[in-house]
Amino acid sequence: MKRKLRLMVAKPGLDGHDRGARIIARAYRDAGYEVVYTGLHQTPEEIVEAAIQEDVDMIGLSSLAGAHKYLFLRVIELLKEKDADDIVVCGGGIIPDEDIMILKQAGVKEIFTPGTTLDEIVKWVEDNIHPRID
Amino acid sequence: MASIFNPKVFDDIKDSCLKWKNKLDKILSSRPERLDRFSTVSDQKVKRLYTPEDIKNLDFEKDINFPGEFPFTRGVQPTMYRGRLWTMRMFAGLGTAQDTNERFHLLVKEGQTGLSTAFDMPTLMGYDTDSPKARGECGKCGVAIDTLLDMEELFHGLPIDKITTSMTINPPASIIWAMYIAMAEKRGIDHKTIGGTIQNDMLKEFIAQKTFMCPPKASVRIITDTVEFGTKEIPRWNPISISGYHIREAGSTAVQELAFTLADGIAYTEAAIQRGIDVDDFAPRLSYFFNSHVDFFEEIAKFRAARRIWANIMKNRFKAKNPRSLWLRFHTQTAGCSLTAQQPYNNIVRTTLQALAAILGGTQSLHTNSLDEVLSIPTEEAAMIALRTQQIIAEESGVTNTIDPLGGSYFIESFTNKMEEEALEIIHKIDDMGGMLAAIEKNYPQQAIADSAYHFQKQLDANQKIMVGINKYIIDNEEIPVEVLEIDDAIEKLQIEKINRIKTERNNKRVKECLEQVGDACAGNKNVMEDLILAVKEYTTLQELCDVYRDAFGEYRDPGIY
Repeated sequence: MKRKLRLMVAKPGLDGHDRGARIIARAYRDAGYEVVYTGLHQTPEEIVEAAIQEDVDMIGLSSLAGAHKYLFLRVIELLKEKDADDIVVCGGGIIPDEDIMILKQAGVKEIFTPGTTLDEIVKWVEDNIHPRID
Repeated sequence: MASIFNPKVFDDIKDSCLKWKNKLDKILSSRPERLDRFSTVSDQKVKRLYTPEDIKNLDFEKDINFPGEFPFTRGVQPTMYRGRLWTMRMFAGLGTAQDTNERFHLLVKEGQTGLSTAFDMPTLMGYDTDSPKARGECGKCGVAIDTLLDMEELFHGLPIDKITTSMTINPPASIIWAMYIAMAEKRGIDHKTIGGTIQNDMLKEFIAQKTFMCPPKASVRIITDTVEFGTKEIPRWNPISISGYHIREAGSTAVQELAFTLADGIAYTEAAIQRGIDVDDFAPRLSYFFNSHVDFFEEIAKFRAARRIWANIMKNRFKAKNPRSLWLRFHTQTAGCSLTAQQPYNNIVRTTLQALAAILGGTQSLHTNSLDEVLSIPTEEAAMIALRTQQIIAEESGVTNTIDPLGGSYFIESFTNKMEEEALEIIHKIDDMGGMLAAIEKNYPQQAIADSAYHFQKQLDANQKIMVGINKYIIDNEEIPVEVLEIDDAIEKLQIEKINRIKTERNNKRVKECLEQVGDACAGNKNVMEDLILAVKEYTTLQELCDVYRDAFGEYRDPGIY
């Protein structure tokens, strides 16, 4: 039997805007996924360590204060270093189009910008995230 | 009782009311209304029509009265905007202190009447730019302030003896305030004459905005130090801006915003009284800060209810005697969360409506969001349109000609009553829990806000609530037509070099002594403010002082409620 997906919702950096992250964590939970919400003010190092420890299949990063380029790319880099880059990374928040290109090229699988519905976000997980093979 | 209606009126209109209802039923049977249920953005039900029946118990003197008279429903000043317009105070901060100083000069030149400072994330969280935690964040969402030198550059050439300054800062508010006081003194301005506001409202940080550092109890102790110091030394300063803005932005309803904010105000008042300060010595300097969301009448009712509830709380609960203690004075910001990245010019219209609601609600000061708020820190052009929006309302629309023009409206008065009733219910619930500190420990307001935010998102996804450009009137493959302001990553390096230079040039022996003194004040009962002012004058950094707080009081961790 396929095991339940485990999804991490993470808030990297000092940004305190957690309305979106918390709504998405709840939407994943309501859709039947296991959810790990990190809470606020996590360093990329803390996020990657927790993701590996919790054996999640995906990390969803949320940023609304402009530091996404450094923070998201650092998460990608650390996952590679720890040989855990099969954990899919996606993100959301206030992220300009030019930065979306840069982030995607670096390995962020999808970026969700304001106006995306919860159904779309959940559907994307359904279509794109699969349990990691141990 | 000074009822506004002659009781005979209700008998007189009975027949016409019945006639109207019969006619209505006929129309509804063939042409049903657009929706089964009409409600505000907070999902507060709105009836088809409000009539004298809805406010038949309204007592003119007790419930609304004249402006400047208890319970101040119609405004705190007898003349309101006929006497003096609200303060036009645009929130600004970007990049380095020099960058923000330039923006301040522009806004003042264009007719802004108060300053308002946005800080970057490291400053807000009590870290210097050279902290590993600050990587990638310098100057991004506000100005970076590490030492007194930055503060001096930030206000260089600005008439701070004539204009008041608001600073949106919370965990390190006492330190930033100390820097501002030190900066003014260095310019030869008597600190007794400077005026302004520090936000310094930590309770709403735990509830909603989430820039926190030390645990709640210790945070309230430092805040009480600032209230005590301000009362004695800086009499024209508002040491706390008790804020509902962020509670609303986090997704609360209008009633929750009102209730949680006033409950925070009660907690600060209790703490200051416990310190032994007379309520009438500090209460006149407590100020409020509310959101003006997109649902026009609900907001106006909220502002009117806020004044009435607070006046009653101060009079009855805290036995305040000074009329000024009973005034709820407030700043307003239009709702960032109501704006859209899609079709961003529409945001000018939203902001105009929200600004108008704040003014019809009797605000003392106002920030209007820029059309590009959703995308980045405002460009100069966008900030100017936002300022002009206020000036057009003030100078052209005519709404300032008379006081509380919506007073007496069946709907507004009835909704004001409803806001009051429901907010009081929540305030009493918090009282029963043991006050706001206890409620926060139980995650009560945090969870209530998360529930409301989720409820709204679900309604939006189901098209039960509409946001133009988001779930209706969408433009496919829209290209964002506005310029987005980028903060150069290179300023981080320059700012770090600046700190390094200061650290080699200052008297480090004195800095160490000052830090120890602040540590001693924290450990005991001495008010920290005087030692902080001495410390910042030696160019002690923001983080060095915050680290003293962290060592003394410990750090608060987000419980991660969702």
